[in-house]
Amino acid sequence: MTAGTHPSPDTTDTARVGPTAPVAALEVTGLAFAYPNGHQALFGVDLRVVPGERVALLGPNGAGKTTLVLHLNGILTAGAGSVLVGGLAVAKPNLSEIRRRVGVVFQDPDDQLFMPTVAEDVAFGPANFGVPPDALAARVDAALAAVGMSEHRDRSPLRLSGGQRRRVSLATVLACDPEILVLDEPSANLDPVARRELAEVLLGLGRTMLMVTHDLPYALQVCPRSVVIDDGVVVADGPTGELLADAELLRRHRLELPFGFRLS
Amino acid sequence: MGAGHSHPLFLDRPSPVHRLPPEVKLVAAFLGVLCVVATPPGQFAVFGGYLVLLASVWAVARIPPGWILRRSLIEAPFVVLAVLLPLVGEGERTEVLGMSLSVPGLLAGWNILVKGTLGVLTSLTLAATTPLRELLVGMQRLHAPAMVTTITTLMLRYVDVIAGEARRMRVARIARGHDPRFLWQAGATARGIGALFLRSYERGERVHLAMLSRGWTGAMPVLTAGRATAAQWSAGLAFPAVALGLLLSGWSIG
Repeated sequence: MTAGTHPSPDTTDTARVGPTAPVAALEVTGLAFAYPNGHQALFGVDLRVVPGERVALLGPNGAGKTTLVLHLNGILTAGAGSVLVGGLAVAKPNLSEIRRRVGVVFQDPDDQLFMPTVAEDVAFGPANFGVPPDALAARVDAALAAVGMSEHRDRSPLRLSGGQRRRVSLATVLACDPEILVLDEPSANLDPVARRELAEVLLGLGRTMLMVTHDLPYALQVCPRSVVIDDGVVVADGPTGELLADAELLRRHRLELPFGFRLS
Repeated sequence: MGAGHSHPLFLDRPSPVHRLPPEVKLVAAFLGVLCVVATPPGQFAVFGGYLVLLASVWAVARIPPGWILRRSLIEAPFVVLAVLLPLVGEGERTEVLGMSLSVPGLLAGWNILVKGTLGVLTSLTLAATTPLRELLVGMQRLHAPAMVTTITTLMLRYVDVIAGEARRMRVARIARGHDPRFLWQAGATARGIGALFLRSYERGERVHLAMLSRGWTGAMPVLTAGRATAAQWSAGLAFPAVALGLLLSGWSIG
């Protein structure tokens, strides 16, 4: 099941294949990686995401999802293969620009939000990327407004609910104006309302997204396309609805829809 | 600043002292304490003058003196030390009979006591008028070593997170019948602390990754454009200026 065989007339991602495709937002080619202890996590991953696409990255625990994410912004360095972000190679001399282009929202907001107030945390990224102090406030305001958290700008992240923290985490990355958003389990630990609110925010951003998740209904809601990764390789790539309807594929890769859920 | 990090020593009042930029207050308090330390112990009137000066700052900042004095009890252990030190110290070097203490010994005790007290009162005044977060901003603007401000900033944020984790672990232990009142169960508490240390260490690594992902290069970026004006500096430095005047008058008299 490959991307090219499923032209979907109703979505914008028909433009994602073909020789005339624009510069990919993300182009991963033959990526392989082994941890220093010898554990090989990735065995040649190929993945292409074009601007404007929202892609879910699905796979069981230990499939290599997080390892892949850490390659996208150069935290880990590829053993073999390459990662291009907007045409720019992930390599030491480009690291700062790569990290601006790839906005990673980590799974636990308490890891991401480390400054004493929300506004300072949102300002941290753009300040690192060279936005001058007098322009920071506008960046912070815009990012907080995009996630609906403007009124909490001077509070401590500690005083926020789980859903609010998640949205602030998103704002800290949006403030860097990334070309691709990478979300690690965005719906984890959220109550249903916070989960829905976050989905609304994500759908309203109109940005390129790669969403790592176990939450298959969430993938279906947010991402028109899904990629399944298992044992360090891409094993399926196609419209989310079709992948999730393939019971045999899901079973083979330890993926499961919640009880009572059925797609056909 | 929000209510997130108001500490128990902070008294939120709308006053000119509270509105002064934190770096001005830090410098003023530091210089004030320097003057106090430089005063010869025998200048009783000058020490009285410092106290009057501090009291006038409390009046402007609308801090009740009793509020400050209650919190200055933190100094009590040092007072004991100041009283004991001359007794113990003298005992080793000269003959001390009964209550007849030497004048230099008493002066040394008084010296520690009065300078310590004035130092504590000055620090409390600074703390009462400046939220913790602003103190950090002030340190950063004064070009304190970046590592110090970074570590303090992280501490300020994570001390509550770690305390929360410790609380949840404790509740989970109690839920399984653990009662640390019994000595033989203290081992579980110790292991809990060990686990907490590991968790905090792992969290530190994840925080570091998240910071790197947002372009961290090892130094905290400057997030605020504001700078103290000359008027604010002169208002704030009036405090050490008066203290310096007191100090000089003490020297010229003595």
